Amino acid sequence: MPRRSINDPSTQDKWLCPAIYFSELFVLVVPILVGTATIQMIRVDHLVKTFGEIEAVRDISFEVAAGEIFAFLGPNGAGKTTTIKMLTTLLRPTSGKVLIDGLDPTTHQNEVRKRFGIVFQDPSLDDELTAAENMWLHGALYGVARRTAAERTELLLKLFELWERRNDPVKQFSGGMKRRLEIARALLHVPRIIFLDEPTLGLDPQTRNQLWNHVRKLNADEGVTVFLTTHYMEEAERVASRIAIIDHGRIVAQGTAAELKLQTGAETLEQAFLALTGTTIREESASSADQMRNMSRMFRGRR
Amino acid sequence: MTAIYVLWLRQVKRFLRARSRIVASLGQPLLFLLAFGFGFGPIYQKAGQGNYIQFLAPGIIAMTVLFTSIFSGIELIWDRQFGFLKETLVAPVPRILIMIGRTLGGATVAMMQGMIVVVICLLAGFRPVSLAALPLAFLFLALIAIMFTALGTAIASVLSDFQGFQLIMNFLVMPIFFLSGALFPLSSVPGPLAVIASLDPLSYGVDGLRSTLIGVTHFNTSLDLAILTLLCAAFLGLGAWLFSKIQL
Repeated sequence: MPRRSINDPSTQDKWLCPAIYFSELFVLVVPILVGTATIQMIRVDHLVKTFGEIEAVRDISFEVAAGEIFAFLGPNGAGKTTTIKMLTTLLRPTSGKVLIDGLDPTTHQNEVRKRFGIVFQDPSLDDELTAAENMWLHGALYGVARRTAAERTELLLKLFELWERRNDPVKQFSGGMKRRLEIARALLHVPRIIFLDEPTLGLDPQTRNQLWNHVRKLNADEGVTVFLTTHYMEEAERVASRIAIIDHGRIVAQGTAAELKLQTGAETLEQAFLALTGTTIREESASSADQMRNMSRMFRGRR
Repeated sequence: MTAIYVLWLRQVKRFLRARSRIVASLGQPLLFLLAFGFGFGPIYQKAGQGNYIQFLAPGIIAMTVLFTSIFSGIELIWDRQFGFLKETLVAPVPRILIMIGRTLGGATVAMMQGMIVVVICLLAGFRPVSLAALPLAFLFLALIAIMFTALGTAIASVLSDFQGFQLIMNFLVMPIFFLSGALFPLSSVPGPLAVIASLDPLSYGVDGLRSTLIGVTHFNTSLDLAILTLLCAAFLGLGAWLFSKIQL
C-alpha cells in the first residue's frame, strides 16, 4: 500500500486537528523507528549442514542486526566457514532457514549476492592482474556502471592506501596489501553486509591493527553490517559488538564480550572461549588444497 | 554479456602477460614439426605421398590448439585451488555466463597459440594451397578450440585437484591426438583403427584443416564442419551443466 505524504492535498485538512495529527504521526513514525531498531540483516534458523555422515553445522540459530559488527568465533573445523558458505550462497543448507536482508539465498541467489561482499579465508585475487584490474573485474561482474566503478575504485584504493600501487600486478603485493585489496574489492558494489572470514590470518600486528581500523571506519561511516571470523580473541573483543561461539557445529554461547566473560567467570575473552570450547587441540590434516598452496608457495619462492 | 566479456578478457590478458608460458607451450609443436616433419619427410616422399611437412602442418596446428584448449579448461582447477573461482561464483551472474566467458577466453588463447604455430609452419616450408580457404580454416580452428576448452572445463568441474592431470594426459589427450590422423593419413590404416579414428573428435578437426589448407580430405569438409559444430554444442552443454554443479 503506498504511504501517504504529509503534503498530499487530499490529506492536508486532517493535519489541522491535533488528535488526528498525533495519531497519524504515530502511525507513520513508530513503524519506522521500530523497523530500524529491529532490522535483521542476517537471520539463521535451525541451520544444519551435513556432508554424508559428517554433521558440519548442527542446528544453529542467530541474528545479526543491520549496522552491527558480529564476530563468529570457533576452533578449527568448528563449522565457521561452512556457515559462511551457506550464508553466501556457495553451499545449500541440508535443513533450516537463512535470510539475508530478508531474502532466502537458496531462492534469491543473485539478489542476495548483490547485497554482500566477501573476503574469503584464502586469497581470491587474480595475481596476474593489477589491483585496478581486479577492482574493474569485480565491478563488471556486479554490474556496477563503469564511471561509478572507477570513482569507487579510486575512493576505496585511497582509503586502503593502495592507490599508488593500483597498476602493479597483485603478485608483487605483500599479504597485508592483498588483504586490504580484497576488502576494498568486496566493498566496490556498495554491499549492505561484508563477510570477513579470518581476514587477518598471517598478518603482522601493525597490518592487523590498520585493517580493523578500516573495518570499523567503514562500519561507522557507511553503516555496513560486518560478519567476521577470527582466531584472535582480542581483535574480536575490540571490534565486535556481539559474538557467537561455535564448536563442533553447535553455537555454545552468544552475547557481548562482557556477557560471555560474565557467563564463564573469565577475565578475558580468550579464557571465556577456552572455557566454552575446551583446551583440547583440534587435529586437522592438511587438505589437498593446503598441500597445493604450499607447493605453489614453494615454487614461487614465497613464504 | 559484460560478464562473458570480462572473463574472456581476463584469460587473454593472463596469457599475454605470461611470456614464459607462450614459449614453453611452443616446445612440443616445434619438436613434433621438426623431428617428425624432417625425420619422416624423406620416407614419406619415397612412398610417393609427397611433402610430409605439407601433410603434417595442419595436424601440428590442430595438436597445439588441442593441448592449449584442454589445459585452458583445466585452469579451472587452479582457480578453484587458489581462490579466484570463489570470486566469480559469488558474483550475481548466472553460472552459464561464467562458463561461456571462461571457455571463449580459453579458446581464444588456444587459437592465438595455433596462429603462432601457423607462422612457424610457414617458416618450416608449409604453404597453404589457397588463401581463399583461410577463413574456413580459421573457423575449423575456432571449433576445435571451443570444443576442447569446453571439454577441459567439463573435466575440471568434476576434478577437485591436480592429481587427475596425468590421468587426463595419458588416457585422453594423447590418444585423441595420436588417433586423429594428425601424423599419418587415415586412408591407409587398418579397419579397427579407422573406426576408432572416426570416433575421435579431433579427426574431423584435422581433416577440416587439411581440406582447407592443402585441399586433401578423408571424410568430407561439410561432414567435418557438421560434426565439429554438433560436438561443440554437446561439449558446451556438458561443460555448462557440470560447471553449474560445482560446490566449493
